[in-house]
Amino acid sequence: MTYRRRASPLHAARAGVGALWCLALAGTAVSYDHPLVLAALVLAVLAAAAASGVWREVARAAALGIPFALAIALVNALVSRDGVTVLLTSNPLPVIGPLDITLEALVYGGVLGLRALVLVLAAGALLAATVDPDELLRGLRRLSVRTGVTAALAIRLVPVLGRDAHRLADARRALTSRPPTGAERLALLRAVTAGALDRATDVAATLEVRGFAGTRRPAALPRPWSRHDSAFLASALGLGLLALGAGIGGWAPFATTPRIEAGGLAGPLVLAGALLAVALAPFLDRRGIEP
Amino acid sequence: MSVLELDRVSYAYPGAATPALRDVSLRLEPGEFVLLAGGSGSGKSTLLRAASGLVPHFHGGTFTGTLRCAGLDTRQHGPADLAAVAGTLFQDPETQVVMHTVRAELSFPLENRGWSAAATARGVEEVALALGLGGLLDRVAYELSGGELQRVALAAALAGRPKLLLLDEPTSQLDPVAGDELLGVLRRVNEEWGTAIVLAEHRLERCLPATDRVVRLDGGAVSFDGTPEAYLHARPDTPVAELFARLERPERPVSVKAARAALAPELARLAPPEAAELPRRRRRRERGAAVEARGAWRELPGGRAVLRGVSLALAPGETVALMGRNGAGKSTLLRLLAGLDEPTRGSVRAAGRVALLVQHPGDCFLGERVGDDVPGGRAGVLADRHPRDLSGGERQRLALEIVLGAGDPPAVLCLDEPTRGTDAAHKAALARRLRAVAAGGTAVLVATHDAEFAAALAQRTILLGDGRPVADAPTAEVLGGGWYFATQVARVLAGAGPALDAAEGAALLAAAAREEVAT
Repeated sequence: MTYRRRASPLHAARAGVGALWCLALAGTAVSYDHPLVLAALVLAVLAAAAASGVWREVARAAALGIPFALAIALVNALVSRDGVTVLLTSNPLPVIGPLDITLEALVYGGVLGLRALVLVLAAGALLAATVDPDELLRGLRRLSVRTGVTAALAIRLVPVLGRDAHRLADARRALTSRPPTGAERLALLRAVTAGALDRATDVAATLEVRGFAGTRRPAALPRPWSRHDSAFLASALGLGLLALGAGIGGWAPFATTPRIEAGGLAGPLVLAGALLAVALAPFLDRRGIEP
Repeated sequence: MSVLELDRVSYAYPGAATPALRDVSLRLEPGEFVLLAGGSGSGKSTLLRAASGLVPHFHGGTFTGTLRCAGLDTRQHGPADLAAVAGTLFQDPETQVVMHTVRAELSFPLENRGWSAAATARGVEEVALALGLGGLLDRVAYELSGGELQRVALAAALAGRPKLLLLDEPTSQLDPVAGDELLGVLRRVNEEWGTAIVLAEHRLERCLPATDRVVRLDGGAVSFDGTPEAYLHARPDTPVAELFARLERPERPVSVKAARAALAPELARLAPPEAAELPRRRRRRERGAAVEARGAWRELPGGRAVLRGVSLALAPGETVALMGRNGAGKSTLLRLLAGLDEPTRGSVRAAGRVALLVQHPGDCFLGERVGDDVPGGRAGVLADRHPRDLSGGERQRLALEIVLGAGDPPAVLCLDEPTRGTDAAHKAALARRLRAVAAGGTAVLVATHDAEFAAALAQRTILLGDGRPVADAPTAEVLGGGWYFATQVARVLAGAGPALDAAEGAALLAAAAREEVAT
């Protein structure tokens, strides 16, 4: 978890609204195939991260997400037989037969990778860095007590297990005076996993003695509706409408099979501009953002 | 009405061959502060878990007898009901805090009881102010130190103003400073709020002055129930009580202050110690050193210098204690000597393998069986046990065997806080084992906050301050004249002698008495 309250409009919005906005960005990425639109969404996430002061956290996630996106693109090109523009063909290989790499499969893999990147950055890194998990989980507990507390427990255990793994690795290095081998890494992973059960049992006991099993729902917090709540809610709704436009209006058509077909550039460009404007507009108002 | 009432309570964990509690009957009145004493595995934790309702509701097992907590029978009421009348605190600070921020953590138990938002906010503010957590309210839990985390967990346990507080070795994972702070807070809670407290703890000398009553468990049964003075008469388990027993005195003072008052005439006879002048060893180049650090620095990237030009050498077979406050650089120095980290400046050279026993001995076990990790059949009858099922003392002992048996006999053995959370018997056994290791030619370096253990083991003590040795001298010189880094006996005798333990103290006082008779 990387959340820390900072002076930004997104941090100033209530957790439910902030999470909805991040998920709206991710949902929009699911609605569109057009690379231009997806690239605009990546740009929107990065700009939002910069405007929220969490650029470093999101960039770190991007450093992990980009190889992941490239891997998706590559794997899709290797396993998909769709498309008529063959770039490379090979002799039959064991198990998988002949390998035909098509331009269409490669481009569609790129689309999938780009979409995954938006999901990782918007629904993962940006949400984790800008939405107060306690407030969010409190809201979840109001809806479903056990779901909320289980989520809290899981989140709390992440840094604890991270530290456990670090300590175990150190202890192993102290014994062997060298970095762990592959087998030792596996043993470490198994030990951390087994330790997770102990940790979870301890945390569960703590939850019990804090009265969690009473399953009373937390009272509603009397929190006034701020300008940032309104702005991000409006933005999330706007993103939702633009996402719907993809399905209903066919605003940025893009197909990869049997061959790549995209309409003119004007429509997608306008749409990308609109997405950026709708997504980033709430960041322009920086009044009342101090923690 | 009693806040805690046990009537012939017996309990066995699921699948256990022997009961963890046997026919325990106790009654605790409001405002009492009870110390629960006993060795590892004596049933202290089980008793506390029974009082909080975790036994049997969370752990299962076979429970007989009656236990009422503030009038609630634990057979009818589970932990959630009991949480309203009894706050509970366990050992490990890491798993005591479940929410992201301190404020949410303190709100959590109140929200679980259905308190309104306004009442919750007020409760959080009050308990935060009472425990000095005002500045931490918006801090993220995983950034807090162990001491801070434990104080937050204590605040969460106290937030609903329970009638009873159940504490299971809450200071065992803390350094002495954080532990003393926590005990101070408990004393205030007991005195000002009238909260009854049951505290399970090994280090009796630190807790006894605050308590009204001691209950000792042995093998799951109550073996003693009385005042702290009566307990020390029955078992002189503190260094001061042992000193008075050796002097054949009838008193059993529970604090240093009471001991000094009782010994005032005898102390007046002692020659006042000379002004404490602690030599810092300036060693050029040690011939035949087991390990030597020369001008070693450890500077964190973008951070502070944890070690600043440390130069020291350990001779083969030497036993050395490394002391200092938290953050002084003790663990970092051990990591440097063991080769886990490289000095950013200076050098570290060892004559052979430098073995390191890390702070959490459980980290040395990766297998499903103890015998998978412990070499050469040294696990004995414990070989087929799962490491998780070992007691703290067994884990510590076997982890030491793993470290010692991991390669060639080590030139140096480093141990990081090996006595944390262990009882007196395990500490004594560890000291014996380490002396045997040193007798074989291995230099032993122990980072510890435990002055009594350092006095029992080490020939030499190095005091680290701000990343460099501020004192490096024979242990008697360092621990005899100190105020904080001093044994309990040394504090009673104000550094005279310097006598560190009860035997030396008794000999010193007896010698002074003989001298006076002669003159």
